[in-house]
Amino acid sequence: MSEFFSYGHPGFAAVEAIAKILFMVLGFLMPLASILTWMERRESAMMQDRLGPNRANIGPIKAWGITHFLADALKFIFKEDYVPGKAHKFLFMWAPIMAMAPALIVAAIIPFGAPLCWGEMRETVGYGTACAQPVGLQIAQLNVGLLFYFAISSLSVYGATLAGWASHNKWAMMGGLRASSQMMSYEVTMGLAVLGAFLVFGTLEPGAIVSQQESITSWGIIYQPLGFILFLTAAIAETKRTPFDIPEGEPEIIGYFVEYSGMRFGLFFLGEFLEIVTSSAIMISLFFGGWHWGTHIDGFLAAHTPNIWIFPKSLIFSVLTIVLWSIKIVVFCMFQLMIRWSLPRFRSDQLMRLGWQRLLPISIANVVVTALLILLVQSWNH
Amino acid sequence: MAVGVKVVNRPGSLSQQLFVPAIAEGLGVTFRHFMKNFFLNVTGQRKKSDIATIEYPEEKKQYPERFRGLHRLMLREDGQVRCVACMMCPTVCPAHCITIVAEEAPDGKIEKRPKIFEIDELRCVVCGLCAEACPCDAIRMDSGEHAHPTYRRVDGILDKEELMSRGTASAAVQGGVGAFWREKVASKPQTPPSGDVAPLGPPPGPTPAIDLNRK
Repeated sequence: MSEFFSYGHPGFAAVEAIAKILFMVLGFLMPLASILTWMERRESAMMQDRLGPNRANIGPIKAWGITHFLADALKFIFKEDYVPGKAHKFLFMWAPIMAMAPALIVAAIIPFGAPLCWGEMRETVGYGTACAQPVGLQIAQLNVGLLFYFAISSLSVYGATLAGWASHNKWAMMGGLRASSQMMSYEVTMGLAVLGAFLVFGTLEPGAIVSQQESITSWGIIYQPLGFILFLTAAIAETKRTPFDIPEGEPEIIGYFVEYSGMRFGLFFLGEFLEIVTSSAIMISLFFGGWHWGTHIDGFLAAHTPNIWIFPKSLIFSVLTIVLWSIKIVVFCMFQLMIRWSLPRFRSDQLMRLGWQRLLPISIANVVVTALLILLVQSWNH
Repeated sequence: MAVGVKVVNRPGSLSQQLFVPAIAEGLGVTFRHFMKNFFLNVTGQRKKSDIATIEYPEEKKQYPERFRGLHRLMLREDGQVRCVACMMCPTVCPAHCITIVAEEAPDGKIEKRPKIFEIDELRCVVCGLCAEACPCDAIRMDSGEHAHPTYRRVDGILDKEELMSRGTASAAVQGGVGAFWREKVASKPQTPPSGDVAPLGPPPGPTPAIDLNRK
């Protein structure tokens, strides 16, 4: 049994992976995405001089109405699960899950904290020093990293398109078609925007990219400011939110989920917020140093983390980095919410023109200029 | 160029065409509002006058005077319904939501009164034409209440008693002031607006007596 839990054993790797998946999905993504459903409404209210949802409470505990997400979930569960008579039953049932699952799957490659130093938990922390037995806080360390992200996140277009098609409704169909055309168009820009960061860091593995951004001056945003803006724009278009909410188009077609009710609609709703969280996490890993907060803060924490009772300092340090990383994520999510409530939507043709005629040439130019600069720097150094 | 065409130029400046500076400006506005309201909310200093929200069940907005709400049937001085079942309102109603069944009025002076007077508030389009058409100020929409939510559709149909329960006595004279009110107005001494303009109406003479207090 003790052998089973020894470092390097397949059983250890399995337990480690399951623990990380459970933490990531149940401990971070789902709660944050759920709370974002409340935060979006409350934040927009604050921006528009309104009050927003502030009524839900558990007994006397009100906490600014934060429990609205629980009330919403309860309502979704008890609502009628309506399936239109002529809908394609199987696809109609599965489309919400296909829309939400990719957002959960891409979280596998996101590094969310400093590695634990297994075996020497009380002696050293996973910062600056090479651990003998590191347990990386990243579910899957894939060398194809970001390609995996693109492969999986582009699957979410199936959810939207199939939902629109299976509903047997003209408006839903229109929404599905719009979703597919929009997401295809902006994926091109997204890929090319990342290509610049890929050239700078020389790797596609998010863990390796993050470990190159220890000091603030080496964050991706310094090298790739244009790449960041392009990626941010494309990522918002991928989440299908204002100013790119053509597939939903509430005033005209309501969108691909027009026939959905109850928890199935809730899955679309939650999937959208999960996409916000994961795209924020990817952006932070690429452009804002992942869990790093600069050498000063990280170094200070690493030097001063004590062993407290049964908690070894390696564990405490990792938890602290996870907390600091979460702060970045929440700020980024709030920024995305703010963009949604500040900008009007594009028209469908404006969206396509922006995607193909503006963003695509700019992102290609960004890649070319980055490549030329890197070539110049390399030949200068030789 | 055709008459009445106004050419509106597209935003031409570079900062607007690039989107990013314009977006940053817009985000600045919303961020300023967010921070102000957020910190005032946290410290509890947010003034009621700064909040656009009306917390409905607790506080209700005062409707304007001419708000068209639920119908009400006005009453005579003795508490009877003023309506004489003239069928003006169901005729003019574009939604066909008013049902009147007339019966003979018992007191003899008035020919008819409604036996059944029902308004389907679910069909009503709140246009106000019924109140406009009513010749004897019997139906009004100035109750200041909007249609109540109901669990059954049939509860949205208001009958005579319910419509009368909101009614009050009207200041108008039942039956109007008669067919010769123009003559009455003209017969009153009035100053002509200018020298040579003749006063309105027929020349003054004996007019038939009108009992204004006719019941």
